[in-house]
Amino acid sequence: MTQPAYQARIPIYPRSVKGRFRTIKYAILTLAYGVYFLLPWLRWARENAPDQAVLFDLAGRRFYLFDLVVYAQDIFWLAGLLVIFALLLFFVTGVAGRVFCGYFCFQTLWTDVYILIERLVQGERNARIKLANAPWGMAKFIKLGMTHLLWLAMAFVTGLTFTLYWGDAPQLAVDFFQGQAPFAAYATTLFLTATTYVMAGLAREQVCTYMCPYARFQGVMFDRDTLIVAYDEQRGERGQGRHKPSKDYMEREARIADKVGDCIDCGYCVQVCPVGIDIRNGLQYQCISCALCIDACDTIMDSIGYPRGLIRYTSQNALEGKKSNPFNLKNLGYALVLIAAVSLLAWAISHRDKVELSVAQFRQPLSVTLSDGRIQNRYEIKINNKTSDAIRYRISIEGLPQAELDLGGNSEVTVSAEHSLKLIAKVNRRPQTAEQERRSFEFVIRQLDSDDPLTTRRNTVFYTPLTD
Amino acid sequence: MSKDKSQKTVQTTGHAWDGDLQEFNNPLPNWWLWAFYATVVFSIIYWILYPTLPIGDDYTKGVMNDITYTTEDGKTVTTHWNTRALFEKEMQEAREAQAKYVEQLSQASYQEIQADPEQSGFAFSRAKVLFADNCAACHQTGGNGVMGKYPNLIDDAWLWGGSFEQIEHTIREGRQGNMPAFKGQLSQDQISDVSAYVLSLSGDDLDAGEVERGKQVFNTNCAVCHGDNATGKTAMGSANLTDSIWTIIDVPGAAGNQAKKETVMKMVRNGVSREMPAWKERLSDTEIKILTFYVHEMGGGN
Repeated sequence: MTQPAYQARIPIYPRSVKGRFRTIKYAILTLAYGVYFLLPWLRWARENAPDQAVLFDLAGRRFYLFDLVVYAQDIFWLAGLLVIFALLLFFVTGVAGRVFCGYFCFQTLWTDVYILIERLVQGERNARIKLANAPWGMAKFIKLGMTHLLWLAMAFVTGLTFTLYWGDAPQLAVDFFQGQAPFAAYATTLFLTATTYVMAGLAREQVCTYMCPYARFQGVMFDRDTLIVAYDEQRGERGQGRHKPSKDYMEREARIADKVGDCIDCGYCVQVCPVGIDIRNGLQYQCISCALCIDACDTIMDSIGYPRGLIRYTSQNALEGKKSNPFNLKNLGYALVLIAAVSLLAWAISHRDKVELSVAQFRQPLSVTLSDGRIQNRYEIKINNKTSDAIRYRISIEGLPQAELDLGGNSEVTVSAEHSLKLIAKVNRRPQTAEQERRSFEFVIRQLDSDDPLTTRRNTVFYTPLTD
Repeated sequence: MSKDKSQKTVQTTGHAWDGDLQEFNNPLPNWWLWAFYATVVFSIIYWILYPTLPIGDDYTKGVMNDITYTTEDGKTVTTHWNTRALFEKEMQEAREAQAKYVEQLSQASYQEIQADPEQSGFAFSRAKVLFADNCAACHQTGGNGVMGKYPNLIDDAWLWGGSFEQIEHTIREGRQGNMPAFKGQLSQDQISDVSAYVLSLSGDDLDAGEVERGKQVFNTNCAVCHGDNATGKTAMGSANLTDSIWTIIDVPGAAGNQAKKETVMKMVRNGVSREMPAWKERLSDTEIKILTFYVHEMGGGN
């Protein structure tokens, strides 16, 4: 017989809990779901594209984010955004630990909803454990089948919503159910349905403990000042350890006198934990800092009249009675770099070119002699209008004395919104005495009919063949 | 110590050599096995759907994966899946996608195309390919021609005229250019004199007497074709001798008046004959139109 390489998963049936952090988590969940599921349906008046506030138009190679249009060549903004996210993660982890995991991570949010569905169909923790251990029968079959059906429905809505961001949502949704949508829409929806079902329904905490790299490298961002969800061991154990609230140890004074800890060993904190750990064993890499154990413990402490905070947000230094300041030098450094990165990206986006101009000289041949002896150079001009309005431009040249620009009657052109235009420009010039072979000059395009005209310049070269 | 025990009872293949030398049998992980089986299933499905196995001179064609496409001649072809058919299908789709613009171009007048930057942009992109396929062999990719052989299309001199109609005629019907050789008809001195005169028309400073004598020779022998003012005649494709452009002989490349004159003299003595072939059999009306527009715009036609 071979030995199994891994231990089989021990199923977790988290008990529900009420409290401050549970309320905060529901608030964040509502907000996140509201944004995610409603955003594709938000309309936004647009001239040349579907009236959708957030639209990732892959075919048109541009992303619409409200009034911001992101073109393929702006892809470096994505790099900036990723750097900002990374720095934000460093900073927040340094200050407050894994708040991302506990409150904002998709895995946590979707698992939370899946657990809600589970409870809705199968009941509270005890009922679920009982059902899982019960022999197969009609009731079990219906309840488990119902759970998985609802999970799949949730996964499908999630997948479809993601797909709607990449097309005109109302139209795409109709097409989708009529079998008219592009193959990519079905593939994407199917893929996200499958992954959501597997990750939030089946894999759950295993994603956090085995797949997520963040669980593994968070340790390097932590220090003894970082806020963590921690069990106050001194208060909970007090030398003699935990004790059930038996007759002798009902009153807190009696416990303190006998050096018995405040922890009544009710196990509530363990039962509510979605990753199935016992926080009383200290800081563990599986802990996603969701703080539900704090809510559980506070509920118990309130009911038996002990002060709250046996499990609480604190730092390792604070637990040991030392001074603790989460805004230490390292974290201030992160904050500083973060502010710099955000400012840089904001600057890049606010100073983006509204119009792109490129000028390429015809190289074959570089120049040609005209009948009156003048030299002609030709250029290909490309104007890309990135605004959502048509713009009229005048094209001229500067810095080349006694030269004429011939645009074949197109010296004033209108470039329609989000379109580009290609023009052939000829520049004619009589060679001067003591002429240079290459002389740089500028093409200038100026917006017409505007109070705040855009002016864009591109440098290029005029080539004169020198015979002597 | 149960762990140690299980390790001792590893499976063996059952073979034994030299009495006690045994071969361990470590089974593959299940996920690996299933992935392997999946590739086997995949390959069988692939064999059924796509051309796969060579059989003699032939091969299995695959089923349920036929490709239907329309060729350029309008023939509809259905064949088993292959990359050539896939290419033909994509070519058909590209033609269909461009048909709207091509149709628009074929209907529009030259002036309309010129006035619409979107249309002229499309014409330019298409013409670049047509020009490279049909014209660049002689006129070069950039249209600058070859001195003495093929005319430069991007300067502002047009031997046969630079209007849209004239350029279109040149491409459609072709042109025959002929400058006769004068070596039997004119004496060596006369050829020298007329060459001096021709150079003086372009502003070169030459012996006045020689030029004066050359003018007489020109009027009797050359003016018929090159015109009284030597400005050329587009009807017969004769060159304008008064501008700075030399298409057949490299006058600007010669150093000094004597060298220039000898270049011209050689031309007058030997003459030249050039032919632009007719393209009406090879290109469609729309293609000729697109090329005409392109050549006109490149050279700043009249």
